[in-house]
Amino acid sequence: MRPILMKGHERPLTFLKYNRDGDLLFSCAKDHNPTVWFADNGERLGTYRGHNGAVWSCDISRDSSRLITGSADQTAKIWDVKSGTPLFTFNFDSPARSVDFAVGDQIAVITTDPFMGLTSAIHIKHIARDPDDRMAEIGESVLILKGPQGRINRAVWGPLNRTIISAGEDTLIRIWDSETGKLLKESDKEEGHKKPITSLSKSADGSHFLTGSLDKSAKLWDTRSLKLIKTYVTERPVNAVTMSPLLDHVVLGGGQDASAVTTTDHRAGKFEAKFYDKILTEEIGGVKGHFGPINALAFNPDGRSFASGGEDGYVRLHHFDPDYFNIKL
Amino acid sequence: MTVEAATQPSKLRWGELEEDDGEDLDFLLPPKQVIGPDENGIKKVVEYKFNDEGNKVKITTTTRIRKLANARLSKRAVERRSWPKFGDAVHEDVGSRLTMVSTEEILLERPRAPGTKQEETKVAGDPLAQMGKGGAVLMVCRTCGKKGDHWTSRCPYKDLAQPSETFIDKPPTDTNAAAGGTKGTYVPPSMRAGGNPERTGTDMRRRNEENSVRVTNLSEDTREPDLHELFRPFGAVSRVYVAIDQKTGTSRGFGFVNFVNREDAERAINKLNGYGYDNLILRVEWAAPRAN
Repeated sequence: MRPILMKGHERPLTFLKYNRDGDLLFSCAKDHNPTVWFADNGERLGTYRGHNGAVWSCDISRDSSRLITGSADQTAKIWDVKSGTPLFTFNFDSPARSVDFAVGDQIAVITTDPFMGLTSAIHIKHIARDPDDRMAEIGESVLILKGPQGRINRAVWGPLNRTIISAGEDTLIRIWDSETGKLLKESDKEEGHKKPITSLSKSADGSHFLTGSLDKSAKLWDTRSLKLIKTYVTERPVNAVTMSPLLDHVVLGGGQDASAVTTTDHRAGKFEAKFYDKILTEEIGGVKGHFGPINALAFNPDGRSFASGGEDGYVRLHHFDPDYFNIKL
Repeated sequence: MTVEAATQPSKLRWGELEEDDGEDLDFLLPPKQVIGPDENGIKKVVEYKFNDEGNKVKITTTTRIRKLANARLSKRAVERRSWPKFGDAVHEDVGSRLTMVSTEEILLERPRAPGTKQEETKVAGDPLAQMGKGGAVLMVCRTCGKKGDHWTSRCPYKDLAQPSETFIDKPPTDTNAAAGGTKGTYVPPSMRAGGNPERTGTDMRRRNEENSVRVTNLSEDTREPDLHELFRPFGAVSRVYVAIDQKTGTSRGFGFVNFVNREDAERAINKLNGYGYDNLILRVEWAAPRAN
């Protein structure tokens, strides 16, 4: 396949997300402007200007009209996708990291980092449909959950918005009740990750999710019971994970930490996104090309293409060749 | 795109005209031809025009049309396609190369089944790496400390432990000038093992010391540009060096050419060894004899 290279960001990529229809790709990077691209040919549609710090993650509403982004400038912003205007800003006391819209796009979960004595926290906020003055009243959090030590790298909604799943630096996955804020389950320390969890990706139907960690492995968990289903082992710390909505494939992306790059192989374009069979946990293959560790991965909802974003600031959009769909192990 | 100057009358007419008449109709240009996309997707457009000097030129544009993907868009998606650009994309000119299609074909590389050949790579193109991982743990490199990858003499990070090239002060018989350094010389902190991160950029270029070719029996007035011109047809050349006698300013008869790719270096050696250049027969070989 011929990947399409998109160099819209000057700094490393942090997050990639497709909209529900699969025609737009949103990229967040450490430069302060998230960008939206057309997912078929990689043409840039626009950028969202307004943040003052690295943008760590984003999420799009189901009708692709609203974009929420979390940034290191201690705010999370809601944008109008079409025009690029910021509609609302949630202010926090520490950098915001992970954002996720709930089903229905009425509420969103935003995590904040530990900062200057504050512990990390998970905030649930109301999102109003119209950008009118009512937004100003609803800036307060519905619920704030505290507890995990260390940074929470990703927090997503569980099935039917009843639960919130969080994963972070303390290597444990936690499931919280979204109404009461009680901690319902914690992943087992023995079988869980041994190093910070960097990424989390839900399956298309939400019944299972995948976590990637710096301990060079990724693990597949059941959402309701938090039972460990599968483990995928690689040679490099995993920075990003995603699952194919079409086939039973799992993609892991990673690479050495930026500071350790001097001691590794210098071959250009060596960093690859590794494909594994979800059930057999065997490696299917790798797609090379990035010049730096891969920090973000996203699969198009139609399962026919995927995008990877790296430390090198490039987004590589891959449309699969027909023989990808016939791969047999 | 190729531009050919055609000073004769156009091909379409020569058979019908006598010599004299051909000159009068010079101001007419043949029509533009479009040779449609063939099975490889290659489309050729042949146009004729007059360039600034009044010569008739033929311009052939060859483009390859390739369908990357089918986009099946929902109604909303089709609407979104016509949204105006915003943010930084507003002033985007057509020439901005933000989105490019990769020139390389990237495949989903299947992992090696045990028993199959290891992929040839730039650094590990030697039999040592292909010997398999059996005794590999015993391979320790003293320079970079890595185990199982390469021996000290094949260290791609050679310059972590040695000072920078000392060509100028080495006598011509020291064949390892390109590949090695001297022990006991002062190594600045930035060049010792575990160098700072900025070195990676230059390290990538330095690595092709393995692809270094030594050229001897050069004539007196051979210089770097000459060697570059001579070796350029074989592939990308990252560095050329000609040893010059400081007192007389003439070449000392030898030089080094570093290729980016080892295969190009190999072809250059095969083709140019024994080649007559400026009345002398060149001797072209690998710079370090162990490079094979």
